[in-house]
Amino acid sequence: MPSPTKDMLLDWYRQMVLIREFEETCHQLYLQKRITGVYLHLYSGHEASGVGSMAALRKSDHVITAYRDHGIALILGMDANAVMAEMMGKKTGSSGGKGGSMHLASAAHNFWGGYAIVGGHLPLAAGIALEARYRGKDAVTMTYVGDGATNNGYFHESLNMSAIWDLPVIWIIENNGYGMGTEVARASGQTELHRKAEAYGIKSFGRVDAQDALAVYKVASQAVAYARDNGPAVIEHVTYRYRGHGVSDKQYDSRDDMSAELRQWMDEREPIKILRDHILGAHGDVGAALTAHDEAARQIVAQAVEFAEASDLPRSRDELLGNTYVRSPRVYKTAASIGAGID
Amino acid sequence: MAVRNVAMREAIRRALREEMLRDESVFVMGEEVAHWQGTHRVTRGFLEEFGERRVRDTPISEMAIGGVAVGAAMAGLRPVAEFMTINFAFLALDAIVNHAAKVRYFFDGMFKVPLVYRAASGWGNQATASHSHAPEPIFAHFPGLYVGCPSNARDAYGMLKTAIRDDNPVLFSESIALYPKPGPLPDENDQDDLLVPIGKGDIKREGADVTLVAYSRGVDWALQAARALARDGVEAEVVDLRWLRPLDMGLVYDSFKKTNRCVIVEESLPMYSFGSEIAALLQENMFDYMDAPIKRVAAEDVPLPYSKEIELLALPNAQKVVDAVKEIV
Ligand SMILES: Cc1ncc(C[n+]2csc(CCOP(=O)(O)OP(=O)(O)O)c2C)c(N)n1
Ligand SMILES: [Mg+2]
Repeated sequence: MPSPTKDMLLDWYRQMVLIREFEETCHQLYLQKRITGVYLHLYSGHEASGVGSMAALRKSDHVITAYRDHGIALILGMDANAVMAEMMGKKTGSSGGKGGSMHLASAAHNFWGGYAIVGGHLPLAAGIALEARYRGKDAVTMTYVGDGATNNGYFHESLNMSAIWDLPVIWIIENNGYGMGTEVARASGQTELHRKAEAYGIKSFGRVDAQDALAVYKVASQAVAYARDNGPAVIEHVTYRYRGHGVSDKQYDSRDDMSAELRQWMDEREPIKILRDHILGAHGDVGAALTAHDEAARQIVAQAVEFAEASDLPRSRDELLGNTYVRSPRVYKTAASIGAGID
Repeated sequence: MAVRNVAMREAIRRALREEMLRDESVFVMGEEVAHWQGTHRVTRGFLEEFGERRVRDTPISEMAIGGVAVGAAMAGLRPVAEFMTINFAFLALDAIVNHAAKVRYFFDGMFKVPLVYRAASGWGNQATASHSHAPEPIFAHFPGLYVGCPSNARDAYGMLKTAIRDDNPVLFSESIALYPKPGPLPDENDQDDLLVPIGKGDIKREGADVTLVAYSRGVDWALQAARALARDGVEAEVVDLRWLRPLDMGLVYDSFKKTNRCVIVEESLPMYSFGSEIAALLQENMFDYMDAPIKRVAAEDVPLPYSKEIELLALPNAQKVVDAVKEIV
């Protein structure tokens, strides 16, 4: 594994501050009712997990995740304008306003999307990896899955199948300590979550401190190389969610133990600070570059909000019904046919 | 006895709590039901009152939630298993359909399965396609399972109690939109006279011009429509079936004999639906009383989008009911 160059490190920093700015802005917009709905799960605190691991990928590789998907989308280079417009359900959103916060995707970036049913994306990941194996491509599928989701049947069936078919998936368990309000130890008999994968014969790269982008990158590079040549790999990322489960989570308001825990993570394991300190330690002359990235993040996100708010909502029946099906000449329809979707 | 307005969620909480006090074989299991106090706050305070033995947080393991409840019920407990939302019951569909609903049958009566699956249901609030279903008719498709869908606090209270006491498996669907809706409920605990028999519908409003058949959230739309129609001199009778299985068709037939017209209102999708079923039964059995086509108001035939205006476009509402009635009166 090549050690990350100064430019790489700066680029990771750029990604991380962009995510943080984007997520904290979403949080504010939600409080101001400029983003509406009931689900908004933020990646604040998780930045190094996504940035460090996706740095190990090639452009031809695949990525899939659950509903905590904004950060993943931005790391892949999805346009912040389109992502913010999706938060607001606008026509110009990356999913045309149909998907919202939990369903970002970009075919152009091999980003197969965020999914809202816990564990539901895991067999899809295996299927995407199957295509690569099937056609002899060397692409891997980077798959993010929460700690809570490892208790779901989808997880076990998908991992096992990836093992018997040698599918090139990197299963990244983002262990942020909780599934909603349930601590890992109250939900999982095996609390070293990567070992669940090991039980299926999957190569484990162990637990990683996922607040440290460099540590994440190092292990991810090994796992990606392994998966490309061999078959599935698992890594457990130990991380923390700064904004609770989602906007409905009131635990941090009402529980002192949880707010103390959060404060401790923020004080001691802040991923942006850890990376920043590392860069400044290794490369003395980057202060101005870091500040420029901070400023750029603010501008990009402010511009994205402006773009999103200026965009139109979908309003028509055609927009409601569109894309239920592929338009297909094979569908037989008469004037009285129903259930074919719009033409 | 004092009667007070309580939210439907509170009525459900009270019913569940009283049944747990009444019968120690009743216990609660589900995601976030204990420490988090219930995603919809229905089990608020339960962990503190009943302890971890009877208020059990589960992992995010719907297949097991569905099936563990069956085993525990067969063995003699009375589980009330909660699906955080009814969308996640799809992951447990096999346990529900093939085991909860069928073990009694395929072992020819050897076992009973006295369980209740509670699930929060419905759409709205931009929950997006995979979290936006009111799929009660799917569950009502299968013999062996009863399906209850209350439209108000008092019915929810009486129906849930009956469901828990019954020896058959019941899927109990609670509309998220109705959780905060207040309705009158007597203060006193354990109101056995409020028990609603399984399969008993209710007339929520009398009228001679058209029958509106609904359940759960559809009842609100029907009642709102009825008030609007009354201003135009059309008196609608609102039949709240309350249970999708068994279906109280006698109540519908009696009303239809009087009105000769019917609009069926539901939150769910239109194809192979509650509306299809009621309409089919009416034409089979009430053909001689039929003065106009049966109309159905349901959601648009589309997965639900996130964006709020097109989401609202897809949803049924009172105006759509009024419009349907005006086509046939
Ligand atoms: C099948 C299913 N069950 C329950 C839910 C409700 N739910 C959404 S997220 C979540 C917690 C998931 O926790 P985890 O996998 O640790 O991911 P995190 O949110 O911490 O990133 C739950 C229970 C769901 N969306 N799908
Ligand atoms: Mg988690």
